[in-house]
Amino acid sequence: MNKPDLRDEFTWPAGGVTEIPYRIYTDPQIFEQEMARIFCGDSWAYVGLEVEIPNPGDYLVTVIGNQSVVITRDQEGEIQGFVNRCAHRGVKVCRNRTGNTRFFVCPYHQWSYDAHGKLRGVPFINGVNKLGGMPEDFDRADHNLPSLSIATRGGVIFASFAEDLGSLSDYLGETNRYYFDRVFDGRDLVVLGYSRQLIPGNWKLMFENIKDPYHASLLHVFLVSFGLFRADQKSQVRMDETGRHGLLISRKGEQKATDSTKDIANLREDFSLADPRLLDPVKEFPDDATVVMQTIWPNLIVQQQSNTLALRQIRPTKTAAFELHWTFFGYADDDEEMTRRRLRQGNLMSPAGLVSADDSEVIKLAQDGINQDPHGKGVILMGGRGLEDEEHMVTEVAIRAFYNHYRKVMGL
Amino acid sequence: MKLNFEQHQQLQALYNDYARTLDDGPLVDWPNLFTEDSLYLVIPRDNYDQGLPMAIMRCESRGMLEDRVHAVQHTIMHEPRYLRHQITNIAATLNADGTISCGANYSVIEVVEGELPKILSAGRYIDLVSAPADGQLRFVEKKVIYDSVLVPNTIVYPL
Repeated sequence: MNKPDLRDEFTWPAGGVTEIPYRIYTDPQIFEQEMARIFCGDSWAYVGLEVEIPNPGDYLVTVIGNQSVVITRDQEGEIQGFVNRCAHRGVKVCRNRTGNTRFFVCPYHQWSYDAHGKLRGVPFINGVNKLGGMPEDFDRADHNLPSLSIATRGGVIFASFAEDLGSLSDYLGETNRYYFDRVFDGRDLVVLGYSRQLIPGNWKLMFENIKDPYHASLLHVFLVSFGLFRADQKSQVRMDETGRHGLLISRKGEQKATDSTKDIANLREDFSLADPRLLDPVKEFPDDATVVMQTIWPNLIVQQQSNTLALRQIRPTKTAAFELHWTFFGYADDDEEMTRRRLRQGNLMSPAGLVSADDSEVIKLAQDGINQDPHGKGVILMGGRGLEDEEHMVTEVAIRAFYNHYRKVMGL
Repeated sequence: MKLNFEQHQQLQALYNDYARTLDDGPLVDWPNLFTEDSLYLVIPRDNYDQGLPMAIMRCESRGMLEDRVHAVQHTIMHEPRYLRHQITNIAATLNADGTISCGANYSVIEVVEGELPKILSAGRYIDLVSAPADGQLRFVEKKVIYDSVLVPNTIVYPL
């Protein structure tokens, strides 16, 4: 097993993955090691969509972990990526979110880089009037920006700091590859828009939330009331071999009280919409799953909730905060009605989402509580102690599987 | 065309009612400031500038506004909070059909109970207002375009 490089001693609780130490949400040393080993280590991180940079010279700026990176399409049409930090004095060479350029020029001393992050220009390299200039042995090739490995699948771009990680296909594993391809099936994608929020909680709380169907059938009164997600629906929780990726798969039920809803304190069986067009889902995938929430290590959630499709990118900023960047999309062959449906159902999922607002609020409350007891621990026992796929949603197995992998990578 | 004094006062009253119903309530009165087939959108500025349609709130009728109000009051789990809308720089033009094209700057201060106040959102409104038979001005269309694209956690109440 890896060893942690923490300065302070750390012991994981005896319960293993059924007990999660609160220190992993509060300790800056652990956060630092997560950034290095998880985000900038052996992982394929989501960075954007091909449709966002369709032409040579197009670029977008995004983040892997806490590292700003530039993703470009070079003059040959290939996707490249490099760290957005000038080799000279550390200034961001690109300040825009998106654009088109041949060269990225640092604003400070105007060192310029090409679409591969190669240093191409250094002003006054030979001095001015034979005064100054770089030393004889200065070689531009020694000062290229660190480049990223790039992989794409179905129009989605992933990047990695690792040079020899292996294929994205193997990384996803069979089951997760199948569900990924279900949404990114080769059709051209259309970006419908973005939203961003700064959630005052540790980044792992977001993954835990999406890997946890137990809460979804209790906390989300809106979903439960309309039968969109309920504990008695035909569902599955599935992982990959490592446990790092996860899938929550569920089918829509009825709006009625059942055995599974009697424990829900605030179920509103009588709740009906004044304008039912808000929830007007239509079947659009070959199978009968109405919700598929996929979590892909280390920074991506792929959301299919009825007809809202979104990528949620997790950008950790410190132990107790992360940014969540949403990219909503549809397909180029969507008709106008389908696009409107996606936009309307977007009311459920955003920084103001009728459903997702519950999550960002509860993540804040969780972090608040954890901060008060950094040497305490949480309990992840629902559904037993196992790590295997389950055919129901009364389980926290995907959280256990996630931490099983996390502990190996982190050496904790 | 410019608004006359009385029309301008009516418009100011509409914005005042808008802020009052959201800040002090009753929240259920807020949808009544819109026409039945009104459109209400809350859009991050970058989407708006790029012509991307995705809004974080999208109500295509007064009914959907009522559903939002119901959710705020009964289904969304959130900490207790208070809002204060500041609506300034109202600019308005009277259209030939009697509707009013108008806009304003806004900022919303939010106090989550027990926390320091923060600016939850800042941006502008781009609105279309009509005067139905009962004389009450109502929003036919309201676009809330927020510059503060990185939302501090959650927006629960309409902006």
